[in-house]
Amino acid sequence: MIQFLKLLFRNRLAALGAVTLSFTLLLAVLTPILPLPNPNITATADRFLPPFSDGHLLGTDHLGRDLFSRLMWGTRLSLAVGAAAALIAAFIGSTIGIVAGFMGGRTDNIIMRLVDMLMAFPYILLALAIVAALGPGLVNALFAVAAVNIPFFARNIRGVTVGLANKEFVDAARLSGMSNLQIILFEILPNVLPVIVIAMSTTVGWMILETAGLSFLGLGSQPPQADLGSMLGEARAALITSPHTSIVPGIMIFLIVMSINLLGDGVRDAIDPRLKSGALSRPLPATIVERDTTPPAPSDDLLALQDLRTEFHVGDRTYKAVGGVSLKVNKGECLGIIGESGSGKSVTALSVMGLVASPPGKIVGGAVSFQGNDLVGASYDQLRELRGDRVAYIFQDPLSTLHPLYKVGDQLIEAMQAHRKMPEKEARARAVELLEAVRIPNAARRVDNYPHEMSGGMRQRVSIAMALANEPDVIIADEPTTALDVTVQAQILTLLDELRRERDLAIVFITHDFGVVAQLCDRVAVMYAGRIVEEGPTAPILDDPQHPYTKKLMACVPELGGGKRELHAIPGLPPAVDRLPQGCAFAPRCEFAQEVCKQGEITLDANGDRAVRCLFPDKVSQTEVTS
Amino acid sequence: MNALEVKNLTKTFEVGKSLFTKGQGVKAVRGMSFDVRDGETLGIVGESGCGKSTLARMLVGLLPPSEGEIQIEGKVQDKASPREFGQMIQYVFQDPISSLNPRKTIREIMETPLKRLHGMSKAERNKRISEIFASVNLREEFLSRYPHEFSGGQAQRIGIARALAAAARILILDEPVSALDVSVQAQVLNLLADLKKEFGLTYLFISHDLAVVEAVSDRVMVLYFGAIVEVGPADAIFKNAKHPYTKLLADSAPVVGRALEAPKQKADELPDPLNPPTGCPFAKRCIYATDICETTDPALIEMGDDHFAACHNPIKG
Repeated sequence: MIQFLKLLFRNRLAALGAVTLSFTLLLAVLTPILPLPNPNITATADRFLPPFSDGHLLGTDHLGRDLFSRLMWGTRLSLAVGAAAALIAAFIGSTIGIVAGFMGGRTDNIIMRLVDMLMAFPYILLALAIVAALGPGLVNALFAVAAVNIPFFARNIRGVTVGLANKEFVDAARLSGMSNLQIILFEILPNVLPVIVIAMSTTVGWMILETAGLSFLGLGSQPPQADLGSMLGEARAALITSPHTSIVPGIMIFLIVMSINLLGDGVRDAIDPRLKSGALSRPLPATIVERDTTPPAPSDDLLALQDLRTEFHVGDRTYKAVGGVSLKVNKGECLGIIGESGSGKSVTALSVMGLVASPPGKIVGGAVSFQGNDLVGASYDQLRELRGDRVAYIFQDPLSTLHPLYKVGDQLIEAMQAHRKMPEKEARARAVELLEAVRIPNAARRVDNYPHEMSGGMRQRVSIAMALANEPDVIIADEPTTALDVTVQAQILTLLDELRRERDLAIVFITHDFGVVAQLCDRVAVMYAGRIVEEGPTAPILDDPQHPYTKKLMACVPELGGGKRELHAIPGLPPAVDRLPQGCAFAPRCEFAQEVCKQGEITLDANGDRAVRCLFPDKVSQTEVTS
Repeated sequence: MNALEVKNLTKTFEVGKSLFTKGQGVKAVRGMSFDVRDGETLGIVGESGCGKSTLARMLVGLLPPSEGEIQIEGKVQDKASPREFGQMIQYVFQDPISSLNPRKTIREIMETPLKRLHGMSKAERNKRISEIFASVNLREEFLSRYPHEFSGGQAQRIGIARALAAAARILILDEPVSALDVSVQAQVLNLLADLKKEFGLTYLFISHDLAVVEAVSDRVMVLYFGAIVEVGPADAIFKNAKHPYTKLLADSAPVVGRALEAPKQKADELPDPLNPPTGCPFAKRCIYATDICETTDPALIEMGDDHFAACHNPIKG
């Protein structure tokens, strides 16, 4: 709650709205005990007194009634009616929405078509019709306003409910013996409630306005009772001669609706989980660079990361996602980066081209040398020129990396034309060629397919074709086969391997699978808690791992052909990268760990073409794994 | 006795249905018959679209079958509700976090099956939760926390604890470790093995990872296009595959020490469910296919010791 208020008041406008609204509400609540004249007593002798007249702070109206008193009572009434209408609309609308969304199928279809029909009427016309049928009066106006707002709630809440009703926790609740009604009340409703509050906070202003509108037309509050709308309506005739009678209620409506809307938006931003996660803050086109050390001199290798450090600053926490990584890859070579989630392998890959989302990401040290130039200091234009042209990426899920509304051929053409002028016809021929290169059968026809018309394996082939479009020097593949079935994975891996040999490509392949590394990569780097713990040629490392983490991790993975057996496990969990322990990050889970492992800085020591970040590599290498 | 007997289980979904037109039937599960023996772990493997999730949902009563029969511990489950199923058979979900309601504490989540399925009193519930938490190696202080505060491995332990709370003797484990990191996978798999011994449970273990399935199962069933293509002992089925599809799966898994080479097949797409083939659904991809495969869908027949396959030209050996 305190955190919610903090978030809310960080938004200046919302804070302004909150203050204005609280003040108005306070006045409205105190109205009956304030020393105000009776708002309905007429005094025709004192008609149209201007503001600041004796005894009448804001003057009087056309019947000589005290305007300030009427304003206070009117505000009180308008707020009450608006809030009541919002509550009624929210209650009925949300009930309809939850039932339709949860039941699905025919029930949903029929309910939502009825709601659509209600929405097809212009809302003021519908409200007029309802009041006309029920007869004028404030309570009827309230019902009319509530009724026209029901569809808004019903549609919003239905959408959220549909998403929730298919969640696994609803299935789990069914299997735990809960009935449909119980599931709606105890499982769905708590998750929908924030959305209802958001919808209410953004519509209550509208409802006050709509009620005022009906009263203005004489269909809401009946004389002599004052609400803001009827005050405006009565003052209309004297708009030119005594403008203050219109301006006073007008300003009040403005203040109320404005403050409610500002506050409502603030509330929405503060409690909507999608917005909280930073969806509103658009990341910069390139990662922020704030290096605290002088970058090392560029290397001769095709692509080399030199002591690269990338951090995420969230609140007062610093997550050291990449804590000093050095890697290199040359033409025709495949480098594997292996690690578990949170080990920093993906952030390392994204840092190369400055693709880490900023804020909160930041490159704080080291360099990325590509063909002798440091990319970390490079301008956005330079990076953009290289992205997809010299260094291309392939990501895990082709369904989210391909645009669903464009044909795959057009997406390939766009990838080429982003970097060089090319006539449409030539580009299209080249797109077909690329699809053929990634072994898509019937490429000339497939080029006009949309992503959803292809299987997962085909889509990943298209992503690879797109990465190849500009004949890059380096391809960075981030778990490109994790989302695919095994038989498809084997084909994609074979394809990548063939392409690399045909085209002399350098590939950086990120994975968590030792089998894949063994089959595809020349060299491998094992990452743990943001750092490389072991690095070198693949075969020797897999035959004789010298870091206890590599050794244990390999033992965890069952291999086909071993029969039923107990599996080795690593006790404990990887450390959070915002509070790394002193010394070796793996020490708390390591059977070889001694006191010295938990102090100071343990370096990545080279030994021939291998390197390992461990004080006792020989001991590790000689011991059999036990679980 | 068999823990579970399934006879000719079929699920047809209607697609393209609107208010006015009748849809076209698509068979997600095409007449599966199999037994799960008391106390065994039956592994189920297959790629996306093979019907393994539809099968699992039917077995726990979340989806009514179109045809066929499910017998749990000798009792036919005809019109049973998930509530009745829940006391006999439980489900552990793939995504541990999304299977826990984000707005409920772990205690509330754990209490639901005890309260709704077994009508236990507050004191009984607390006692039972303590016992279960002890067996899945979770600390009781976790009970007052919310799901988002847990790592994937811990959340999956909670999911397993909830399934145990229902006191069902059969658990369906639907890819229980595929969302977890490798080092945590083994912890959860070993825990499952211990629980099985402790409580005498029967498991159906669904996974796409052949090595994991082989490591935990007694028997393995291979699904393709909504039907069983091969079922046999775990130590024989991949080593000594009879069905060409099983062999394709086994040869595709990346293994340290084997050269990278995509195994041979004629095509790589699944048949179109809207327009299913008349013969063997694998014939189009199969390098051993003959004329009969195009016309007749093979039946599941015994081809070795407790080893069945549905193939006209099984692999010898």
